[in-house]
Amino acid sequence: MTQKIELSDIYKIAPHHRFQWEEAQNCYVILFPEGMIKLNPSAGEILNLVDGKNSVENVVTLLKEKFKDAGDIEKDIISMFEFALNKAWISKE
Amino acid sequence: MTTLNNGVEANITQTQPLWLLAEITYRCPLHCAFCYNPTDYADHTKNELNTDEWIKVLRDARKMGALQLGISGGEPLLRDDIEDIVTEANQLGYYSNLITSGVGLTEKRIDSFKAGGLDHIQLSMHDITEEISNFVTDTKTFKLKQKVAAMIKDRGYPMVLNVVIHRYNIGHIKEILEMAEKLGADYVELANTQYYGWSLINRNQLMPTKEQIDEAEKITNEFREYIGNKMKIFFVVPDYYAERPKKCMNGWGEVFMIVTANGDVLPCHSARVLPNIDFPNVKNDQLNEIWYDSSAFNKYRGDDWMKEPCQSCSEKENDLGGCRCQAFLLSGDAESADPICTKSPHRHLIDQALEDSKNEILQAQPIIFRTDKNSKELIQGEHKERLKDFKAMP
Ligand code: SF4
Ligand code: SF4
Repeated sequence: MTQKIELSDIYKIAPHHRFQWEEAQNCYVILFPEGMIKLNPSAGEILNLVDGKNSVENVVTLLKEKFKDAGDIEKDIISMFEFALNKAWISKE
Repeated sequence: MTTLNNGVEANITQTQPLWLLAEITYRCPLHCAFCYNPTDYADHTKNELNTDEWIKVLRDARKMGALQLGISGGEPLLRDDIEDIVTEANQLGYYSNLITSGVGLTEKRIDSFKAGGLDHIQLSMHDITEEISNFVTDTKTFKLKQKVAAMIKDRGYPMVLNVVIHRYNIGHIKEILEMAEKLGADYVELANTQYYGWSLINRNQLMPTKEQIDEAEKITNEFREYIGNKMKIFFVVPDYYAERPKKCMNGWGEVFMIVTANGDVLPCHSARVLPNIDFPNVKNDQLNEIWYDSSAFNKYRGDDWMKEPCQSCSEKENDLGGCRCQAFLLSGDAESADPICTKSPHRHLIDQALEDSKNEILQAQPIIFRTDKNSKELIQGEHKERLKDFKAMP
């Protein structure tokens, strides 16, 4: 069941989930009942901007600014949103 | 940035105690027939770590990378310092979980937990009928659990229900799931009894049949389809009916660290049954030395310790030879393959146990409930006939 992501959508980290930087693992993690996910650097950068205020479009703009040499990353970012939404790590504001 | 379609880093390359389980007390007002606590727990109810000692454990483990904290027992709420422990855990950045029977969870306490930053509460439930719920726990706690469930929901906690499945409630899976739905559960864990501790000595009384398990799984799958994402249902399959063992604790000393009430540090709940291992204690040793350097934690790490058929087995990465405690308790050899495995020369012990569980005479033996009195009697060598199939006290 893949839900569609619109550029204007605003997401936040889903209730009962916690997103935080982990010094000991040197990565971002998501914590929830009975589980945890270590995120790779790019997934971490994206979810770090998912705060209930930034729209998907904002996230794309901010990351394009931050990683100027990365080329066209919009598709990758959207697919990460899809993935996270399917896993119920994020939910709509 | 590199590819993003899967943000998950699956491989944990070095061992790290990501999960810290604090078995904070072995005292418990319930007397569950399937309790996985050691049957000699009565010897471990004294010398509990005090609040400061627990806080030091939390700090040290956090420095080593621990993230998930389970506070269990026994019944953790019998201690009056859970509030302090929860608050400290939150400040340290743990995702914390209180694993409780619900007995002792008052409005006042749940409010302090919320204020302190406890992340979730896992409540054990037993059946839809008051009769069976009270019977298997040997207490009158059915109504109270319903009340506690409502209280958890009311405080905005994710509701995680844990239901241990055995012969007495396996026929009620559908009704149990409906009850969970009504209570607004977010997660339901249908955990088939694992045979350790008290459940092992009550194995003949608790073991369902293969047909019952298949039926229960079918009903669970149907319910999953109906309920969708609203309620996540885990069905923990029992290993006795499987052909391969489970990767016990995800591997010895890989990601789980258990600190018991008196400060012993174990790689799994029942590791104390194993012969020739001295488990270190936080009162004497530093936690990081215990995890990385102690002989106890290195003993069954990886696969160097294995014998045949495991050593040359092509599947050894999948299960790391299964559970050391199960191997030892049933076969008498802690380094042998878990007897669940059909490649194990001891598999007949599992088949025999499955036969015995159908034997009406053995079924009719009384359940030995988890009580201080029974624990002391077992320590003193009583109930020999119930232990004759095991190489040590479960
Ligand atoms: S299983 Fe039952 S008796 Fe054992 S610790 Fe849990 S509530 Fe207490
Ligand atoms: S022989 Fe040993 S390693 Fe191979 S599957 Fe069986 S238990 Fe696992």
